[in-house]
Amino acid sequence: MRRAPRDTEASGRRFTRRALFMGGCMTAMVAVLGARMRYLGVEQADQFRLLAEENRINIRLIPPERGLIQDRNGKLIAGNEQNYRVVITREDAGDVELVLNRLSHLIPLTAADIADVLKETKRNSPFVPIPVAERLNWEDFSEIAVNAPALPGVSPEVGLSRVYPRDQDFAHVVGYVGPVSERDLAGIENPDPVLTIPKFQIGKIGVEKFLEDVLRGHAGTKRIEVNAVGRVMRELDREEGQPGADVRLTLDADIQNFLQARLGEESAACVLMDVQNGDILAITSAPSFDPNLFVRGISQTDYSALMNHDHRPLADKTVQGAYPPGSTFKMVTALAALEAGVITPESTVYCPGYLEFGSRRFHCWKHGGHGKVNLERSLMESCDVFYYEVAQKVGIDKIAEMGRRLGMGIRHDLPMSAIAEGNMPTKEWKQERHKSEWRIGDTINASIGQGYVLASPLQLAVMTARVATGVQVVPRLVKSINGVETEIKPPESIGLEPGRLRAVQRGMYAVVNGKAGTGRGSRIADDTMLMCGKSGTAQVRNISTAERASGVVSNDQLPWRRRDHALFVGYAPFDNPRYAAAVVVEHGGGGSAVAGPIVRDALLRALYGDIPPLTAYPADQRGRMESLLKDLQLRQPDGSLPASSKV
Amino acid sequence: MSFLEYRVKTAPTGLSKVFYVHWALILVVTAVAAIGWLMLYSIAGGDLNTWAEPQMKRYVLGLVLMLGVAFTPIWFWRSMAGMAYGISVLLLLVVEFFGTVGMGAQRWIDLGFMRLQPSEFMKVAQVMMLAMYYDWLDDKKVSRPLWVLIPVLLIVGPTILVVMQPNLGTSIMLIVAGGAVMFAAGVSIWYFVAVIAMVVGAVAAVLESEGTSWQLLHDYQYRRIHTFLDPSADPLGAGYNIIQAKIALGSGGWAGKGFMQGTQSRLNFLPEKHTDFIFTTLGEEFGFVGAFSLLMLYALILIFLLWAAIQNKDRFSQLVIIGVAANFFLYIAVNLSMVMGMAPVVGVPLPLLSYGGSATLMIMLSFGLVQSAIVHRLR
Repeated sequence: MRRAPRDTEASGRRFTRRALFMGGCMTAMVAVLGARMRYLGVEQADQFRLLAEENRINIRLIPPERGLIQDRNGKLIAGNEQNYRVVITREDAGDVELVLNRLSHLIPLTAADIADVLKETKRNSPFVPIPVAERLNWEDFSEIAVNAPALPGVSPEVGLSRVYPRDQDFAHVVGYVGPVSERDLAGIENPDPVLTIPKFQIGKIGVEKFLEDVLRGHAGTKRIEVNAVGRVMRELDREEGQPGADVRLTLDADIQNFLQARLGEESAACVLMDVQNGDILAITSAPSFDPNLFVRGISQTDYSALMNHDHRPLADKTVQGAYPPGSTFKMVTALAALEAGVITPESTVYCPGYLEFGSRRFHCWKHGGHGKVNLERSLMESCDVFYYEVAQKVGIDKIAEMGRRLGMGIRHDLPMSAIAEGNMPTKEWKQERHKSEWRIGDTINASIGQGYVLASPLQLAVMTARVATGVQVVPRLVKSINGVETEIKPPESIGLEPGRLRAVQRGMYAVVNGKAGTGRGSRIADDTMLMCGKSGTAQVRNISTAERASGVVSNDQLPWRRRDHALFVGYAPFDNPRYAAAVVVEHGGGGSAVAGPIVRDALLRALYGDIPPLTAYPADQRGRMESLLKDLQLRQPDGSLPASSKV
Repeated sequence: MSFLEYRVKTAPTGLSKVFYVHWALILVVTAVAAIGWLMLYSIAGGDLNTWAEPQMKRYVLGLVLMLGVAFTPIWFWRSMAGMAYGISVLLLLVVEFFGTVGMGAQRWIDLGFMRLQPSEFMKVAQVMMLAMYYDWLDDKKVSRPLWVLIPVLLIVGPTILVVMQPNLGTSIMLIVAGGAVMFAAGVSIWYFVAVIAMVVGAVAAVLESEGTSWQLLHDYQYRRIHTFLDPSADPLGAGYNIIQAKIALGSGGWAGKGFMQGTQSRLNFLPEKHTDFIFTTLGEEFGFVGAFSLLMLYALILIFLLWAAIQNKDRFSQLVIIGVAANFFLYIAVNLSMVMGMAPVVGVPLPLLSYGGSATLMIMLSFGLVQSAIVHRLR
């Protein structure tokens, strides 16, 4: 069956017609393309030639200047310093590796550095300048400038980098900056384009991290003309970015320095605050480290030295550290008991030196017992049995509630890293956490700040401030941002009956000033600024019955790690409280002997506004204090350390 | 349908076929390819190994394949049309589900020694399929709706797969080239008028839909459209390529800066300077004269193709040649418009110049089909 011929004459003519029509369309398009070529290459050629041959336009992000961090009086804590550095631009360099190898003859560059830069250049667009070396000295810098013809794409420039002039004083609270990492970027939604600038530095911990958005500012852009070898000819225009805001902290740089020096090489923490508005004047954790090392890129040896140090210099003990508060917790138990009506300030308890409970025996620190003890004496001499008895009647839940009212077991919202919540245990908490029933023995332990009770030095300072004033003092670290004062919460009473509060305060007064006070060694001799306080010695180990029978081993004979933590909280002046301080010395031994004098020095330093005069100390201590104060490695007024002291 | 339907004795056989090959076409194609090698050599900074040499090898391979295809009778290729189309659809499905993701799109299958882009094969297979369809279809039925619907489905089916990759440039080419074959086959002109009207409406809808919940294109495609409309809006990002391409082209001036003297295209400002944007280097180094000459060589190839189609009396051959010509033209038109800042950047290579395996081989194979149609023409 033969089909009709496919190519009838009519359809053949139609095909030819349509093919010619398509040819016409193509011709038209070719004409348009040709005209466009003419327009670009002939009519507009001069303009493009100008743009291309002599100059090329580059658009660069201008990193914003990071906001300064200052102390309450405007002294610089974190600033920006000029930094001679070299950058390389892939599109101008051609063979990046070759140029880097040449560069390595001029300045020290390791193979790892070169590999790093190569990786960065590949990751970024070809026109993005990648930093090769930072903080060059003037000679290296000028040598690179002189050799520029042999180093295409390499340009020396002056940038800004973060510097901490008071290096180790503020390492924990202010933190440090470092280059943006992949992990940082992954954690940010819609990252600011400025973060994609290679090696752009952002806050890693502390205030630098938590106020990053405030400090960073916004990037500007500039259009620059570069010639064929990539040299910048001139700037065409620029859109200014916005520098980061300056942040003023409530800290006082000199007091901070004084306390950092006072803590010395102990593994210790100190928080000093103004009880009237909650301003933190000093918050020091020792030993410290130099944050500038991290900005410059810390070496492996330096870093492992910090990591392996048994005093944990990298940890911020003031807010991260959660310690059993020991006897400094007795104010909380006492106030809970007074509020619950279980005791009055005059109630007495007989202390035989221990409390029998079931088959267990809870010991008072004083072997023979205190005899008949009232509230004031129980604080002054730190009698444990008094609190064992009282706490059983109050119950743990009320004690924990009082603790929270006084600022423990809750998170204080400061722009610092890893703020610990501490722990105010309740029956419910234990059921949830340990899946077991709360026992009376737990309450007895908690009554003297042992067992499950944990608090950070910051919380202890807040507690002290609240006991001193009866007001809900809220700690504040940021004083102002770009000159705008941050809000202070209007003081709110914690709602304690004044008479009961005064009874506890009297007890704290007796601790320091009473004849038998445990903190008597730390008293202040200046009558206008007498101190109230409370010592605490927190056990890190259990004392077994066998040990007790053979006589308790004294702290000095124990290895450092197993010694007791020394704690002390205090405020002054006793009649019109102004400052409160809390000190924890890890494994320091007795609270009154080790931590008390530091609290006294902190309060005196703040009250006098300068190094305290010797007249503030009891006469028999003046000789010792004189040499101690003289030996402190304090900064000069300009912020530098005395020449001999650099370690 | 057997080959006996062709009057065999009038078609050349054996070695005598050599005399009927369109050698002029091969010459011009080689000339264009040679310009490409020069450019690749120049972009690599005077290095043969980077791009020029692999591209030459591909061209030689393509030339051998082309002659192989050319010496095989055109009726054999007609009988293969259905299979080629089927295999291409299958490969498109494979990329859809197992393809390697490159440049943000699923486009190729990695065979180890080369990356296969099924969408390139589809361009040829589709032309063959449509030509076979109209060769088979009674001329009187050409414009009846049902018989129009079938080729439309043959075109739209693979296009949907390609759009999903996503590859906007190839999708457009598949539709327009398919439409060109239908047009040449004699489908009533009113269908085309209607489709064009609908496209205009759809473009309006696409632009309207931006930012709404029924947004029709990817964000990056919208950005390309906006960049096209106003490249200065995003000079660091999407607009960068177009601005730099125009500077490179324009700075070439009348006669260019000379071979290997281009500063712009060699300074690595374009990520695709050796592929989609290769024309900028030609414009910069050889100026308007060089660029226009290339355009004229392309025009010559198109004239050869159209003339061969008109001369041919076999319907399958006619339509295959028209389809190949349409594809070739679209490559040029889309690529040059985009490089010269007249169209959005859609990622279509410049035929025979751009560095790349699949496109080069497919263009050579499609010219092989054309040659086969020319050689086996009824005389």
